[in-house]
Amino acid sequence: MSELANEPSTRSQTVESGPAVAAPPPRKGKAALSEGKKAERKLGLLLCAPAAIVMLAVTGWPIIYSVWLSLQRYDLRFPDQREFVWFENYAAVLSDGYWWTAFGVTAGLTVVSVVIELVLGMLLALAMHRTLVGRGLIRTVSLIPYGIVTVVAAFSWFYAWDSNTGYLSALFNAESPLTDRFSALAIIILAEVWKTTPFMALLLMAGLALVPDDLLKAASMDGATAWQRFTKVMLPVMKPAILVALLFRTLDAFRIFDNIFVLTKGANDTSSVSMQTYNNLIKGLNLGIGSTMSVLIFIAVAIIAFIFIKLFGASAPGNDPGGKR
Amino acid sequence: MSDTTFVYVPPSTEGKKSKAAASKLTGRKLRWTLVDIVILVYALVPVLWTLSLSFKTAETQTDKSFFPTEWTFQNYRDIFTTNEFIRALVNSIGIAIIATLIAVVLGTMAAYAIARLDFPGKQILVGVSLLIAMFPQVSLVSPLFEMERQLGLFDTWPGLILPYITFALPLAIYTLSAFFREIPWELEKAAKMDGATPAQAFRRVIAPLAAPGVFTTAILVFIFCWNDFLFAISLTSTEASRTVPAALSFFTGASQFEAPTGTISAAAVVITIPIIIFVLFFQRRIVAGLTSGAVKG
Amino acid sequence: MAEIVLDKVTKRYPDGALAVSEVDIQIKDGEFIILVGPSGCGKSTMLNMIAGLEDISAGELRIDGQRVNEKAPKDRDIAMVFQSYALYPHMSVRENMAFPLRLAKVDDKIVRQKVDEAAKILDLTQHLERKPANLSGGQRQRVAMGRAIVRSPKAFLMDEPLSNLDAKLRVQMRTSVSKLQKQLATTTVYVTHDQTEAMTLGDRVVVLRGGVVQQIGSPQFLYDNPANLFVAGFIGSPSMNFMPGTLENGSLSTGLGSVTLSDRVRRLAESAKAPREVIAGIRPEHFEDAHVLDEHTLSGGSTFTATVDVLESMGSDKFAYFTVEGEAATSAELEELAADAGTGDVSASGTQLVTRLSATSAAQEGAQAEVWFDADKIQLFDPSSGKNLTYAE
Ligand SMILES: Nc1ncnc2c1ncn2[C@@H]1O[C@H](COP(=O)(O)OP(=O)(O)O)[C@@H](O)[C@H]1O
Ligand SMILES: [Mg+2]
Repeated sequence: MSELANEPSTRSQTVESGPAVAAPPPRKGKAALSEGKKAERKLGLLLCAPAAIVMLAVTGWPIIYSVWLSLQRYDLRFPDQREFVWFENYAAVLSDGYWWTAFGVTAGLTVVSVVIELVLGMLLALAMHRTLVGRGLIRTVSLIPYGIVTVVAAFSWFYAWDSNTGYLSALFNAESPLTDRFSALAIIILAEVWKTTPFMALLLMAGLALVPDDLLKAASMDGATAWQRFTKVMLPVMKPAILVALLFRTLDAFRIFDNIFVLTKGANDTSSVSMQTYNNLIKGLNLGIGSTMSVLIFIAVAIIAFIFIKLFGASAPGNDPGGKR
Repeated sequence: MSDTTFVYVPPSTEGKKSKAAASKLTGRKLRWTLVDIVILVYALVPVLWTLSLSFKTAETQTDKSFFPTEWTFQNYRDIFTTNEFIRALVNSIGIAIIATLIAVVLGTMAAYAIARLDFPGKQILVGVSLLIAMFPQVSLVSPLFEMERQLGLFDTWPGLILPYITFALPLAIYTLSAFFREIPWELEKAAKMDGATPAQAFRRVIAPLAAPGVFTTAILVFIFCWNDFLFAISLTSTEASRTVPAALSFFTGASQFEAPTGTISAAAVVITIPIIIFVLFFQRRIVAGLTSGAVKG
Repeated sequence: MAEIVLDKVTKRYPDGALAVSEVDIQIKDGEFIILVGPSGCGKSTMLNMIAGLEDISAGELRIDGQRVNEKAPKDRDIAMVFQSYALYPHMSVRENMAFPLRLAKVDDKIVRQKVDEAAKILDLTQHLERKPANLSGGQRQRVAMGRAIVRSPKAFLMDEPLSNLDAKLRVQMRTSVSKLQKQLATTTVYVTHDQTEAMTLGDRVVVLRGGVVQQIGSPQFLYDNPANLFVAGFIGSPSMNFMPGTLENGSLSTGLGSVTLSDRVRRLAESAKAPREVIAGIRPEHFEDAHVLDEHTLSGGSTFTATVDVLESMGSDKFAYFTVEGEAATSAELEELAADAGTGDVSASGTQLVTRLSATSAAQEGAQAEVWFDADKIQLFDPSSGKNLTYAE
């Protein structure tokens, strides 16, 4: 033993002979061997091409085109006045009080409704996840707001609050809630929250399902109260699901259009940026200004998405490596 | 199909324990029943209200009562005797079905590639479709409006089908690739060992397993197309391609002084029927589809 | 019934990974052959090549003397049992088992008859109409077997078919697989990473490491005469004890002291031109409590005294664990084995020694014990090549 201890060098030599060692991969057959891989790549590209082409053709090119349009004075009512004006449209829109009002309304609606949805959605998700009675029933029922056509739901709320027909306006003794700015905005939020809370709840429920039951049991053994289990155990585990849900809903809420269109038509300073764009474009037939607004909304959404993706870090949905085999 | 695991697995309800626990259990059941009722009211009241309006007579339309005091089918008769609604319904159904079919076919191809194959640009495709899913649709309205006018697509079916496909594709790709990842692809090998040709392996083993996912995706995509309002109202100008959601806002009353409340409500009820059917029959699928793509895309 | 020959079969994956390298195996008709090795050594790849699910990069595969490299799996008439069972979830047990026959366009009546027959053999008759999702693990495993046997193929391929079962069921199924194979006498290639399965099931065992065949032989032969450190360490449970040693004038000094080698061992070592520094290997059962042995036996080996770390009494015998001071034996093979066993990073000082003593031993945990080992059963390995220096044909 003593001798061995003194001469470790002989044993720590790397093994380089014997049948056990696989030879380093010779490079000769590479071209022929990667045939299968090549075929796989080709098939993959081929299968994705149609979807990619459609998506690019209907979004990529129009975006570029709308940037081009936004740099022109282009009013369909006065087509001969079409002219390249650089950033004049941007100056016009950004110095327009209505635009900023609409922007403020949109941002406000987005924040308020998403916050309410998150709270209600979490409650609904917990109910759907944990209820002992009628689990299938409440899931089915909560899918109705998700599936129903937004305009249909909006008309329901409109007639509910309309001073001539509404049971709710009668119930709350409201004179004409849809013509008063703040009550109108509240009703828009109500309509928005009603419609999208179930979707939020479903996404959160999927996150809830990722919280292992044993973890909650362990936490209660460790002496955590129900509230502590919720905030200290469930919320952290659910964080990725919450962020995904928030991202989707925030971006979705920012494009709010249908509800406002039906409920107030944007009157009394309840217009959103999408409404403004629509009005300038389809009503006003002003392509230059409409496109400018399109581009501005696009930028705003890109900023929101960027902030969220920063928050996500590595758990961004786009980072999924994609299954192999 | 029974074995294809969906992403969301509901926890099993706790079994009954001792007697003391049993009474506690009934207490908890009672509380949950109350919660259920609140949810039921929440989800159903606006729908019932529309239903109620659609059955109210013109005279009682403004009685502000939640339930009709006088019942009538007149509103339904009215909408189905005017060309306006029938035409819009045909447009809605035709456009949604065609867009769904194309989006699901293209989405299936892409999702199969994403879930099963290795190829350059896969990450880019996934990223781009995610971007499109978050894209502000109104940003497309201006350029599409102009482009479609120039291409002669404005106010036509393809003029709506194209943007619908585009915005449905990310949804389709996400849900389908999530479903495809759940398919045990080893079965393909097993089928080959059992003597199947590649075509037989696909038809008899893989297709039956993929079908539920494809079907679920088709439902989600259909709901999306069915729901659209912004494109429908911006890219159409006549009955030629106006869908029901857009047409609703053009409804007029029987006379100039009469509000179209009843007919709008009746039309709204009609286009809600397919949604209710989907929800009733495919609740589990829809939940699985919506949650699978979202949590771990 | 078929004879399967692998002739310098090589597999390189498209990404450049060499999974199987120049493998030569002749599998006789009706033979039960086991492919064993740590995970990632290319067992599944080899099986998939025989099945036709993976292309062969180089070399030739012959079934009954016929080259089948280019044949599609369905034309090879081979059945396979997968680790995950790969049961078709949308088909009932009956439909699953009938599937290969249906594809072969066998007459409905015969299909029924054959499926019933197979179900009877595998004790599945009362489950025929159920879906795989409603079966237990063991039942699913049997359905997978049933799907393979139902069409009487030329050969069975099984890829770790029992690894998803719990320990007790695995032992049970092991015997039934063995019985079934004997009964059907169909050539079977069985892949496992579990050396116990390898030892108990096969007629012959092929030990693989890194895509290269280490040794082929009957289980007992591999156990008694491992070709190298890798096989020595892989076959046998608990595994062979290894320690560094020095050869000098026919005696070997290790952490257990110095021992005079038996003539047989010395001759073998000499003819293998053993270097001075070697790795000595002794199997646990070649140790014994010195107090239960007579003088004569004692003289055939060497004794040492050490403190028993842990004593496990199995009833029939006792396992005593010791720590041998000094450096542990190191070699690429041993590291790989340790990594595979998940003990790669357990680097306690000294070598853990496992000994199997008879039940009458008085050794006690924490107390000193005098232990004898058989000098004639020592195996010597070349630390650099891993070759067994005492290998006897
Ligand atoms: N499709 C593949 N592409 C590239 N490399 C692979 C593929 N399949 C297996 N390998 C590699 O080949 C080696 C052998 O794999 P495998 O035959 O599955 O091992 P085993 O079944 O013995 O665990 C491993 O190193 C593995 O990473
Ligand atoms: Mg394997």
